[in-house]
Amino acid sequence: MMETQHATAPSARQLVDALREIGTNQAPASLLPAVMSAAGLGIACAPYHSVLGAVLVAYRGSQICGLRLASQATEFERELAERYGVPIYRLGVLPANLARAVRRRLGGERTPIQTDLSGLTPFEQAVLAKTQEIPYGEVRPYAWIAREIGAPRAVRAVGSALANNPIPLVIPCHRVVRSDGRLGNYSLGGGEAKRTMLRAEGSDPDELEKLARDGVRYVGSDTTRIFCFPTCRHARRVTERHRVSFKSDAEAAASGYRPCRVCRPVTGLTA
Amino acid sequence: MCDQDLARALAGDLKGNFEQLVLAYQDRLYAFALRLVGNAHDAEEIAQDTFLRAYQALTTYPAERRRDLAPRPWLYRIALNVTRNRRRSGHAPATSLNADGPEDRQPIDCAESPDAWVERSELSVRLVATLALLPERYRIALLLRHVAGLGYGEMAAALNRPVGTVKSDVHRATSIVRQALGGELSEVGGSR
Repeated sequence: MMETQHATAPSARQLVDALREIGTNQAPASLLPAVMSAAGLGIACAPYHSVLGAVLVAYRGSQICGLRLASQATEFERELAERYGVPIYRLGVLPANLARAVRRRLGGERTPIQTDLSGLTPFEQAVLAKTQEIPYGEVRPYAWIAREIGAPRAVRAVGSALANNPIPLVIPCHRVVRSDGRLGNYSLGGGEAKRTMLRAEGSDPDELEKLARDGVRYVGSDTTRIFCFPTCRHARRVTERHRVSFKSDAEAAASGYRPCRVCRPVTGLTA
Repeated sequence: MCDQDLARALAGDLKGNFEQLVLAYQDRLYAFALRLVGNAHDAEEIAQDTFLRAYQALTTYPAERRRDLAPRPWLYRIALNVTRNRRRSGHAPATSLNADGPEDRQPIDCAESPDAWVERSELSVRLVATLALLPERYRIALLLRHVAGLGYGEMAAALNRPVGTVKSDVHRATSIVRQALGGELSEVGGSR
């Protein structure tokens, strides 16, 4: 509670001056990019600090349309300008609502996040949509994506679509690996960055590679007689004593095991 | 760029020149919204929505209508509509826009760093608190006239009221605020 004090009434002139003074606030720097991008007249671009270091997030309105390492800013902006044919607005900080959405998504929460994948083919969009279904901390082979979207023979095309993923990290293409267990390429800084991302999510890339070298493709439980991809959450809770390894789905089927309904590992295709 | 040139530019290449309109008005509209609703977050959203609505409307106007447009009263009119619609759709304003009774009085977040406060005159600091407690009609009148700098004719256009009514609102608002600032502070802004 403020102390009671008396003041003399200001003159009309003083009041007008004071009103002008309180009307001199500058609009936040995010306003122009927000307006222009929401009106479809521009793309806004702002930094975000990720496990892989500083990245730039491009968005229009509330939709994220691109993400790239901050070190490739010039190239990124040129590509965005070409893709959308509008000016790019650079911002110092990502608006709070988008930063929150990105942080939650990268932290493994399955919160919806609005993305703009316009300009991509329906096939590429299907690949990226399916990729978003892979849970945090798990990986799936390229061939799995191909089969799940109904194009089992298009494994290489899946690889290309993921290599061109315009929004890596947010669309977790780092969770897609080769069927032979090797990690494969990664558009956001190469194979080492992919290992870093997987490690950050609690996966063990060295263990994944070791399993692959040993020829282990699937893991089953001798109590449920169900087999899974090794990183499926149902595979990981199988205790050592009941754990069974398979080199192929045919071997698993021949042993009387059925595929997990969650990770759906049925495939004989290799990348 | 003056308003006439702006209107001409918008009549020509709307997409190419819309940025000019935003650049010309973003500070003024934001400051207006900030003093109208009392917090930075809502003010930014209101300013943003105002420009978006303005753009959407402009795309439907024929070039002739865009050329004849007086952007200033038009933008403030949109800003007032946006504010009203937000309140209807359940965005709780940080300061009640109908703060007639003490139960409507809520703390205001003046959205400025302490440094900014130090730089401002003591009178302005008290004025911000006083404004937040004014009935909406009078607050809008004062803000349009002296913060936004609209003439009475422009205010009449923005508010869709007769010039005489607008003038008397400004006059009445001025005298209420002067009195409040001259009286006991604890009665006006004392809740802070």
